[in-house]
Amino acid sequence: MLLSMKETILVVGGGIAGMETAVQLKALGLTPVIVEKNSSLGGHVAQWNRLFPDMTPASKVLDPYNDALKEVDIYTDTEIASINSLQKEYAAVLSNGKTLRCKAVVFATGFKLFEAEKKEEYGYGIYDRVITNRDLERWFDTRSDERVPAKPAAIGFVHCVGSRDVKAGNSQCSKVCCITAIKQAIEMKELFPDTEIYCFYMDLRLFGKKYEDFYINAQRDYGIHFIRGRVSEVAETIDGRVQVKAEDTLSGKPVKVKLDLLVLMSGIVCDRANNELARSVSLPLDEDGFFRSLDNIAGVTCTDRKGLFLAGTCTGPKTVPETLAEARSAALNVYQYLKAKKK
Amino acid sequence: MIYQGKQKIWSDYQKDIPDNHWFYVRSCIRQSFFPASEAYFVKIVRDLLGKDLYETPHHTTCGGIAYHSDTIPQETAMTIVARQFALMKEAGYKNLVTSCITSFGNYCEILETWREFPELEARIREHLWKACRREFDKPEYVCHASDVVFKLRNEIAERAKFRLIDKETGEPLRIVEHIGCHYSKMFPHKGVGGAEYPCVLSGMAESWGGKVIDYPERRHCCGFGFRQYMVKANRGYSVSNTHKKFESMEPYHPDMIITNCPGCPYFLDRWQYVISEQTGKTYGKDGYGIPVLTYEELAGLVLGVDPWDLGLQIHQVGPEPLLDKMGVPYDPSKKYLGLDEKELRKPGLPNVLKCC
Amino acid sequence: MDFGFTLSPSSAIELDTLDSALYRKLCRIEPGARTCIGCGSCSATCTAAEYSGMSVRKLLLGLQRGKKAEVERMLSNCMLCGKCTMVCPRGINTRRVILTVCRLYDNVEGTL
Repeated sequence: MLLSMKETILVVGGGIAGMETAVQLKALGLTPVIVEKNSSLGGHVAQWNRLFPDMTPASKVLDPYNDALKEVDIYTDTEIASINSLQKEYAAVLSNGKTLRCKAVVFATGFKLFEAEKKEEYGYGIYDRVITNRDLERWFDTRSDERVPAKPAAIGFVHCVGSRDVKAGNSQCSKVCCITAIKQAIEMKELFPDTEIYCFYMDLRLFGKKYEDFYINAQRDYGIHFIRGRVSEVAETIDGRVQVKAEDTLSGKPVKVKLDLLVLMSGIVCDRANNELARSVSLPLDEDGFFRSLDNIAGVTCTDRKGLFLAGTCTGPKTVPETLAEARSAALNVYQYLKAKKK
Repeated sequence: MIYQGKQKIWSDYQKDIPDNHWFYVRSCIRQSFFPASEAYFVKIVRDLLGKDLYETPHHTTCGGIAYHSDTIPQETAMTIVARQFALMKEAGYKNLVTSCITSFGNYCEILETWREFPELEARIREHLWKACRREFDKPEYVCHASDVVFKLRNEIAERAKFRLIDKETGEPLRIVEHIGCHYSKMFPHKGVGGAEYPCVLSGMAESWGGKVIDYPERRHCCGFGFRQYMVKANRGYSVSNTHKKFESMEPYHPDMIITNCPGCPYFLDRWQYVISEQTGKTYGKDGYGIPVLTYEELAGLVLGVDPWDLGLQIHQVGPEPLLDKMGVPYDPSKKYLGLDEKELRKPGLPNVLKCC
Repeated sequence: MDFGFTLSPSSAIELDTLDSALYRKLCRIEPGARTCIGCGSCSATCTAAEYSGMSVRKLLLGLQRGKKAEVERMLSNCMLCGKCTMVCPRGINTRRVILTVCRLYDNVEGTL
């Protein structure tokens, strides 16, 4: 069944990048269609509890989309089976059998969180008290995860799990984990003021607005301990806690500590499930597996293919405000592209 | 502990272990430390289970000790290994089984090095030809004797006369498993279960009725590094490593330790004596130590072989508490009698550690 | 019996059991000390560093890791010139830290 031949724009992905792009496209008078492979919109942000740097509840970012997207066609639980470039437009075949004829496509396919069980030495999925950053955010929302103890005496955060790690297949930095670790450490210290909290880091990458203040607060007001060095192994003790061994590079000695909870900061990695899709429209991928932009400075949301645009973390790790900015930029790119085509 | 997580990792680290026609190469030192282990491996695999296990009287050391102690260069070690392969080719076998875990690590390392540097392999072929006019083929499978016993564990369990349970209470015995460092820490994919959660010994112990314990220092080395302990003054490092492991496993009250390396049971067994003399502390019940067994000795015990035939009298830590717990019958008066009931001398007893 | 070798102590720092009482007392008096990032600006400018191994960075780290003896040895070398305080990017009053630690070692509490 063909949809109408108005200026339909296909938006692949219903996370914040996709939703914001769609809102802007609609405001510009175009007809965006969102195709989302999961059952609900919101992507990764929907799984997060509070966002840095102001501890904004994720719902505050997501809820306005409920109204804003009221008149936008949204297909959830739907994947793109194939995209074919015709002479003047694209034809996308969806997994529900529909064919979508669209003038332009915006890829907002997002990222995948590194599977922490791949770092076997940390025992994710094997030891009861090891969780990831996403698990902790879900716990902040639901307060139900049997791995999180009721009164932890000591909690550890491991930075760079799956990031900056050639052996794990990703040499790039995931950008947002350091600030997230500090945010979560502060949140845990607020919930459990008597707990000792240790952050095991390699480098602290706190580049954004108010990030360094977060760090200063974490140190001075919350007494969170920062240990520069990698965690080498995690083992279970007789009382169900975890024994963590790490290197303290600043003092040059190994360090050992027993913790009630260990949180692994899983990094942002590319979603290889998108490779097929990219290949079918000859969209180039970078060596790190993410989509390649036309230009990393002035053309991040553009590609070298006519009518194809990118928004959000499908090109690489980025923060929520950066993603929203790119989404708006991509919408404007689409608008200008269509205007130029009409001339 | 989430068992399914471990099973998922084990499924990632499956190893192809051939189930017959092996070429067996022995260890330099195991026959001195644990006299009956290799003999019983051969007896179980050949006589009891009827498999084809071949060994040639012409085979030598693999050069591992000398290589790791820096007394021979790598090329010499490779040529020695190449000769072993040549003997294997001559006998018509493709599956190599090693008795020693350092050997296993050595063979794996050499094969990997030849894979990455074929010119080195060509040079070694030349060396071997010049040295003794032999030619070799690389083995198709290299595995360790514990891999073979792991593969045959169910067949051993079917013929088992004793299970690894406390005969009074029926509870499974608490077993600490210690894997040699050279087994999978170097090449995780060459070990069953990978480097972090190897299952070669735990699989054996569990199929024979025991319960395996995970304690914080499980992965820690026992300290049997050749360069570490060969010089007497450095042995403090070795014994400290083992001491760390014992301090960590003590709260779990294990009934025995099983290992698959020549050096590890030697150290875990003998250092209990040194630690008891230096610190006055023993780790077993009532002043005894924790018995340390090799997997062949364990297999033999489970199959009902007399403990003194298995060489358990040579162990520093007396196995009697374990044998009593399992209900294995033994004759204490025959402990220090040799073949044909010849009187061997009794060893002196330690001051602190109870041995019998 | 002399075996010719003895058990070596572990060099690992056990964070659960180390004695950080001195550090905690210091932080109550000078909370800024907690914000040290170990950048080493203080040690780099230290007048006494070259000849005595004095390092405010190592002093703070030593206190955090319970190494009281090493810290005490270093303290005597400080000349109180104040260059470290001038350069600290976190704005820590390093001179106050040093003098406070001295007083805490002498069991004299109180501010300066």
